[in-house]
Amino acid sequence: MTAIRKERQGQDMALTAGIVALIVIFSLLPMARLLQEVILPGGQFSLDVIRNGLIDDTTWRATWNTLVVGLGGTIFALVLGVAVAILVSLSDVRQRQAFVLCFVTPLMIAPQVTALAWLQLFGPSSPLLNMLGMAPPLGTRNPLYSPEGIVFLLGIQYAPLVFLIVRAGMRKLPRELVEAAQSSGAGWVRVLGTIILPLMTPSIVGAAALTFVSCVGNFGIPAFLGIPANYLVLPTLIYQRLAGGGPDVLSDVAFLSVLIGVIAMVGIVMQDRIASRRDFRITSTSLPAAPYQLGVWRVPVELGMWALIALILVLPLVGLILTSLVRGYGVTLTAETATLENYYFVIFQHAAASRAFLNSLYLSAGASIFAVFVAIPLGYVIAWGNKRWIKALNLAIELPYALPGVVLAIASLLLFLKPMPITGIQIYNTVWIILYAYLARFLILAVRPTITGYFQLDRALEEAAQVAGAGLFTRMRTIIFPLIAPAAIAGGLLIFMTALCELTVSALLWSSGSETIGVVIFSFEQGGDSKYAAAVSAIMVATTFLLMLLASLFANKLPDGVLPWRD
Amino acid sequence: MAGLSIKNVTKTFGEAKALDNVSIDVADGEFLAVLGPSGCGKTTLLRMIAGFETVTGGNIHIGDREVSSAEANVPPEKRRVGIVFQNYALWPHMSVSENIGYALKVARVPRAEREERVKNALALVNMEQYGDRRPANLSGGQRQRVALARCLVAEPRLVLFDEPLANLDVHLRASMEDEFADFHKRTGTTILYITHDQAEAMALADRIAVMDHGRLMQLATPRELYHEPANEMVASFISQGMVLPANVETAEADGQCRVTVLGQELVVRCRKGEKPRKDARICCRASQIQSVGTSQPGFEGTITRAVYRGGSARIEFEPEAAPHLGLHFDQPDPVSFAAGERARLAITSGWLIPADGAA
Repeated sequence: MTAIRKERQGQDMALTAGIVALIVIFSLLPMARLLQEVILPGGQFSLDVIRNGLIDDTTWRATWNTLVVGLGGTIFALVLGVAVAILVSLSDVRQRQAFVLCFVTPLMIAPQVTALAWLQLFGPSSPLLNMLGMAPPLGTRNPLYSPEGIVFLLGIQYAPLVFLIVRAGMRKLPRELVEAAQSSGAGWVRVLGTIILPLMTPSIVGAAALTFVSCVGNFGIPAFLGIPANYLVLPTLIYQRLAGGGPDVLSDVAFLSVLIGVIAMVGIVMQDRIASRRDFRITSTSLPAAPYQLGVWRVPVELGMWALIALILVLPLVGLILTSLVRGYGVTLTAETATLENYYFVIFQHAAASRAFLNSLYLSAGASIFAVFVAIPLGYVIAWGNKRWIKALNLAIELPYALPGVVLAIASLLLFLKPMPITGIQIYNTVWIILYAYLARFLILAVRPTITGYFQLDRALEEAAQVAGAGLFTRMRTIIFPLIAPAAIAGGLLIFMTALCELTVSALLWSSGSETIGVVIFSFEQGGDSKYAAAVSAIMVATTFLLMLLASLFANKLPDGVLPWRD
Repeated sequence: MAGLSIKNVTKTFGEAKALDNVSIDVADGEFLAVLGPSGCGKTTLLRMIAGFETVTGGNIHIGDREVSSAEANVPPEKRRVGIVFQNYALWPHMSVSENIGYALKVARVPRAEREERVKNALALVNMEQYGDRRPANLSGGQRQRVALARCLVAEPRLVLFDEPLANLDVHLRASMEDEFADFHKRTGTTILYITHDQAEAMALADRIAVMDHGRLMQLATPRELYHEPANEMVASFISQGMVLPANVETAEADGQCRVTVLGQELVVRCRKGEKPRKDARICCRASQIQSVGTSQPGFEGTITRAVYRGGSARIEFEPEAAPHLGLHFDQPDPVSFAAGERARLAITSGWLIPADGAA
């Protein structure tokens, strides 16, 4: 009896120890190293790094720019996302499922691909404008190379994020709260303004905070649109410093990345303050309110919504594909001049590009498989455990993803710049440092759906196995894993899709031989080879669509809300 | 205040008929309960009166104004109907006073008057000191009172209650019942009260509309429902009435006729003009059954169950002539029956259910 109990406790301890080790390695260690670089450079307390950073004009300009595009992008995304959420959730528009799929898709496409696609729509070399004979004369600046352009694309990129969060909130709105207002004499506009939107405050503010953090940390869009215009934000400033200065400027960029982290944190803290100022808790559950009858406005509104899809999804993708078919700069695209050479070139001829496909494949597969297997025990402890430190645990796993990617990239760089102690293994300048950063950053994407899955599972299933005499690891293997695997795998798939075209982290960590697809697209575009960048991007968009389709095939086995594009 | 008139209202959802040709007239100032098992269509009826559902056929008038018909539907915000929801539906982001004053704010009532009226409404439900509270900080009964005040403040022409006591515990339920009755007496509001609890309906309502499967079964006073059910559904639904096969032997005289039930002859109450007929049904209550000696008129059978209930026992009984007909009655202390025993019972009186079943 005591032997058995000992074994049980041993398994419990092993699980706890494993999870603590994981948190330390992938969350606490890199963050601690980053802070140390800023406050305790070389082990000595000093404020020099901070002072040097603060007296630099560039820092202030980049910070200001970061705030401008961050707030601008957030506001635009909020307006668009909330408006669409209202229409989809509260009115009687048709074809909702298809519309939601199309509207959310930009979120699945990497920001630098979005940026590239939009760039192909405007400017003198736009194949679409050239075909239509509307292209501006050569030498005209692309209007997207501007802060307005960055704000616009950030808004489009993250409006689906706002939409998803607000839509989820609106689904929980019980119809009685709306009907009580209606029978008090309030018309629809009034109900929307005084009841529905105020009750959605937590969702809207939460979405705003998340969008703000995403906008502030976004690298792809300001890199493609801002660098040519010499409009630098903090992530692009860090990239330029690092690309120009190498490891010598590490303290500098460490300070800058902490600065981004602080800005992001301010956003999160403000969300918390606003959301807790009033009571928005909806306690009852009920059917959703009857949809508002648009009447004669139904068809115009529906047309408007699909026009929006054409604008934010179809048009840029058309631009992207057209560019990928162009023979060379300035050649007008026609049926005769169209070519697949660019695709052939990037897949077979360009060494770095073909290497990058494999690298990204291995990296994202590795990150997602690791995350699936870690998420299951981790989710078990978070969802079903009764330990007091669980909240802190959850926070620690959220941190590397909640903070902008640049922060984690710089932290990883600092952590692995020197060979690891004892083993002497050097992973800096190899593909392994990127893998480490991916593991740390994306783990939460698999943990979240897994926790949702646990909450929807009856714990008695596990307890029945326990009563039957199964130890913790046996239960994990035979009961929990089979039941929770679909949710965790869906999370893994999200990681795979996100990591496949990832740029923010890999742009700072790549080296020759460890290029990723994101880096290759970026390099092609920087070198003026838009057609090659477009070809790689088109391949990646197609891959993304295929993966979405694949995931949708087993959607009915998944907990609700795990696949973001399914309404 | 205004009366409510529901004429031949029908509602279909696709194939399913939720309401089938329902007509109810509620007089100005009347307290009418709509009673029925779940799924009988009572909530659909309420939502149509409030304007949240359209009617498929028929029409609804509030006062003189037609608010619902197959062609036109006055939107809920234009009906001046107050609703007290089952889950209270208080807005969590507003204080109690803001909740109550909402309708006045929408109607652009000047601030001073608004505050005055909110104060009066709070006083009406004995919640004066809770104006600044948040709904989340109130108990269930207090929330229900706020919901009541909120719907009254706009002086609606009609107040609809949607199972308002279903979420409260038994104890609170009784006291809220008293409050509703008291409130109706004081304000004289026309009230339509939806419930599945017959005790509640009986205690509160002037008249009760019993519904089943989307149809109106009977619309009558509580007393009439109990004593003179119009059909088998009402007879068995109200107070667990027993429906027994009978042959009518004589024509009605003085509101009574002679029938044979389970081989026993007895006199029951009936409607005017009943004629002798076969295959009739009578309704009788537990209090109208008693055990008798072997020489007296009655019928033999077996006790199947005796459940002691403190002071008396509920006895279940299978008559020999019709074993599938379970009868039940109460035997006061000292309880002498036990399961498996033989017994002889007699029905003392009953009600002959009308042949046409019409309300």
